[in-house]
Amino acid sequence: MQTIPNTHTPEPVAHFHRSRFDAWSFLFTGVTGACTYLIIAILLLILGNIVLNGYSHFSWRFLTGGADRGMYDPETAGVLPMIVGTASRIILMTIFVIPVGVITALYMTEYAHSTSLGIRIIRGAVANLAGVPSIVFGLFGWGFFLNFIGTHMDQLLHPEAAKAVWGKPALIWASLTLAVMTLPVVIVATEEALKSIPHGLREASLALGATKLQTVLRIVLPQAMPGILTGGILAISRAAGEVAPILFTGAVSFYPDLPKALTDPFMDLGYHVFILSTQSPNIEQTRPLLYATVMALLLLTFLLNVMAILVRAQMRRKLRALQ
Amino acid sequence: MSFKTPNTARRTEGWMGLKRGHRARPLEWMIEQLIQFVSYSAIIMVFLIFVFVTREALPILLGQMDSAAVRPSLSMDEAMKLPEADLRKYLNMTQSEFAKADAESIKMLVELRIESSATETTDKDAKLNTTQWSHLLGPYQWSGYTQPEYIWQPVGTIHKYNIVPLLVGSLKVSFIALAFALPLALGAAIYVSQLANPRIKEWLKPAIELLAGLPSVVLGFFAMLVMATFLQNVFGYTTRLNAFLAGIALGLAVIPLVFSIAEDALTSVPRSYTQAALALGSSRWQAAYQIVLPAALPGVFAAAVLGFGRALGETMIVLMTSSASIISWNIFDSARPITASIAAELAEAVFGGHHYRILFMLGALLFTVTFLLNLIGDVVVHRLKRRLEGKA
Amino acid sequence: MSDTPTARMADDLVSSSVAPQTQEIIHINDLSLYYGAARALVDISLKIRENVVTAFIGPSGCGKSTLLRCLNRMNDLIDNVRIDGSCEIGGHNIYGSEVDVIELRKRVGMVFQKSNPFPKSIYENIAFALRLHGMTKKSDLDATVERSLRQAALWEEVKDRLHSSGLGLSGGQQQRLCIARAVAIQPEILLMDEPASALDPLATAKIEELVLDLKKDYTIVIVTHNMQQAARVSDYTAFFYLGKLVEFNTTRKVFTNPSHKQTEDYVTGRFG
Repeated sequence: MQTIPNTHTPEPVAHFHRSRFDAWSFLFTGVTGACTYLIIAILLLILGNIVLNGYSHFSWRFLTGGADRGMYDPETAGVLPMIVGTASRIILMTIFVIPVGVITALYMTEYAHSTSLGIRIIRGAVANLAGVPSIVFGLFGWGFFLNFIGTHMDQLLHPEAAKAVWGKPALIWASLTLAVMTLPVVIVATEEALKSIPHGLREASLALGATKLQTVLRIVLPQAMPGILTGGILAISRAAGEVAPILFTGAVSFYPDLPKALTDPFMDLGYHVFILSTQSPNIEQTRPLLYATVMALLLLTFLLNVMAILVRAQMRRKLRALQ
Repeated sequence: MSFKTPNTARRTEGWMGLKRGHRARPLEWMIEQLIQFVSYSAIIMVFLIFVFVTREALPILLGQMDSAAVRPSLSMDEAMKLPEADLRKYLNMTQSEFAKADAESIKMLVELRIESSATETTDKDAKLNTTQWSHLLGPYQWSGYTQPEYIWQPVGTIHKYNIVPLLVGSLKVSFIALAFALPLALGAAIYVSQLANPRIKEWLKPAIELLAGLPSVVLGFFAMLVMATFLQNVFGYTTRLNAFLAGIALGLAVIPLVFSIAEDALTSVPRSYTQAALALGSSRWQAAYQIVLPAALPGVFAAAVLGFGRALGETMIVLMTSSASIISWNIFDSARPITASIAAELAEAVFGGHHYRILFMLGALLFTVTFLLNLIGDVVVHRLKRRLEGKA
Repeated sequence: MSDTPTARMADDLVSSSVAPQTQEIIHINDLSLYYGAARALVDISLKIRENVVTAFIGPSGCGKSTLLRCLNRMNDLIDNVRIDGSCEIGGHNIYGSEVDVIELRKRVGMVFQKSNPFPKSIYENIAFALRLHGMTKKSDLDATVERSLRQAALWEEVKDRLHSSGLGLSGGQQQRLCIARAVAIQPEILLMDEPASALDPLATAKIEELVLDLKKDYTIVIVTHNMQQAARVSDYTAFFYLGKLVEFNTTRKVFTNPSHKQTEDYVTGRFG
């Protein structure tokens, strides 16, 4: 057998150490890193500015005071009606959106064939709904809930009434409009939670002679609860700060009473920020009031966001432990 | 069910219980039907949004509105001779209104019409129907102007409804927003998904997503009170509330959206791609720039499209940072986007009037445009995901 | 009989030398199953006897699990599945239009390849189906839970922690919990889809013991890819290959004197 002479000697490895300063790598990492930290810096700047200017005026009196003695006077004005208004519309919205969103997600993951036309249309509609501008929801709420449903309800229920009862801006119409807007949030979150449940659990339940509905109610839904909760909180935190959809459907600039009925208009934290920023007779004088109101709104939405993040993290940890 | 000893007793029962089919559980069947019905609500809602927004805009789209301040009037005799349909049109009434009105009130309306035309306006423009397409889209030399212009001015005797300034305003502000947000958000997405240390990444991602938790009214407030002064001091422009300010503030709202879509696309590029590149001796940024970025490019494109849709539809920020509707290519001039006009003017517009209907038409336009943009974005993201998962 | 080395090996393996001639309870006639256009089962005809253990063996993808899942219509859950032919249990075609699948599954229990206890307590895992089927009295539930756990040879190991999570058990215990859960509602037939494939030899031995024990009360159909296991626990064996039933006979016959070359190759480990 012929041997091949080994003529190739590997060149000695010069050094494993960084041979030269890699300028491109440095630049690229530097620029993208700068983008990241700039965004965070802006965020911190906004938050810092609001907290620094707002906290001195942020007091118990401010949180529990009303607006009946002049809403632009920093000495007397409080945000209780706005907090109650915002809370009511959010709670009502949750009552409307959670069942519909959860049922839709259940249908899509548990009942329908994953490739069926119905599912694809629902999916398209959900994606579309998620992208509709919030002001269009406002127009829709005004045109459909208030002017169509509300007016027809008035004709049916209160034909003699001189003033519209249902056919005017009201808590219920604002809540329903927001429910339509946040429907995709709840559907997507619930769907994700349902999909993460092992298929074996459903099979086990069905093989024991449980009906589909029993399986869904007793095995699937309890497992999906954290996901549904996250979806609900995300929807709430999205809706809490939204102003455009309620501009025409329920929020008013001044209504010092707390809303008592579904047909009452209401004051709203977010809308109040808008009013204080744009309608104030003396912006310098109302500045502390404005900052404190913004702080109240931010506290509300951030607390909700943090809650959602915590619940989600908890859920992920639990799921990881299961698998 | 009975719990007897297995088999012996049950065998005699046979398998009779088997033969019942779904009729055995009518309640369950009904609930399943209900679930299916409820699940169609998203479809129904999209449909209703389309119907109810366009419904209010329909008279404009069909050219049935007449906004002329002064219209030629007919004498009572002439008016009464008109066929009913023409009379209704002449009085600018809807079918149901016309059906309700008796002869007496019709006569009164005709008289009123004659009276109102008697108070002569000298302005030649008062006879114009400004809701015609030519006036909605084309320039016109209004009395007192030296050249044809595009003007949105829905107040006064003569309502000028040219929507071009609003379209330009929307586009201008959105483009400024994208020009500001895209580089920042993409840079951050690349950094967070490819280059950052995993421990820091755990913190960076939620921090940037926290920006999405800022309500737009808060961003609008911050832009109006703090950023406006700051930017004015830096750039030294004269109009305090202008397209540039609105665009930057809007950019802040767009950043988290673009970031999370782009980051998602970049992360979904299989790790093996990067590892292969690193194994061949490329540096981390070479792997990111030459391997991951091209693979995720459609996702980056989708992020831009969806970000643009978001910018077009955002309301509160532009409502608080914009003022007059001026057509100008100077970014430091004021601009008034569509959304700001709708939000600011709908409450003042007469219910069912031409201004009201034009605002709804703008809403329908916005709905259609964002619908298309979202469709494009979603399709692109979907395709990319499938390709990267090796299904296509 | 035992002159070939194959047969001698099988002789040692096969536990029961006489296969009981009980009544035939499952009649599968010309059953074919399609996933979309692909035919996964081809004209299967098979009769399964009561109170014996029948094993389905064959290489992966031969359709043995699919056929098993036909017996309690678990294939209904998969989109695009179509079934031709009939499968009669106790004289009723279970694919007939009038059949209540829920009632069927109550009577034909199933244990899966991957143990899948509910994320509930051990007690609740078993009580789940009992409650669904109308047992509400606490004393009844307690008694049935204990009986089922004893049947599944798990009682001694878990009696002190009935209310701790079923997911805290070891793999073998989880699988026995799943068996206990299945037998709690007293099905006539118990389907087992490779119940020991994910378990270590000790846990496997326990499951096999359990199967032999349970056949007094239940008709058992077990899918396995482990030939020794089939030989040890079953009275009858069906060998499948590429969606077709190649051979069905007493386990002894299949392992000692198969009538098909394919079967012989498979049981002697030449392929598969």
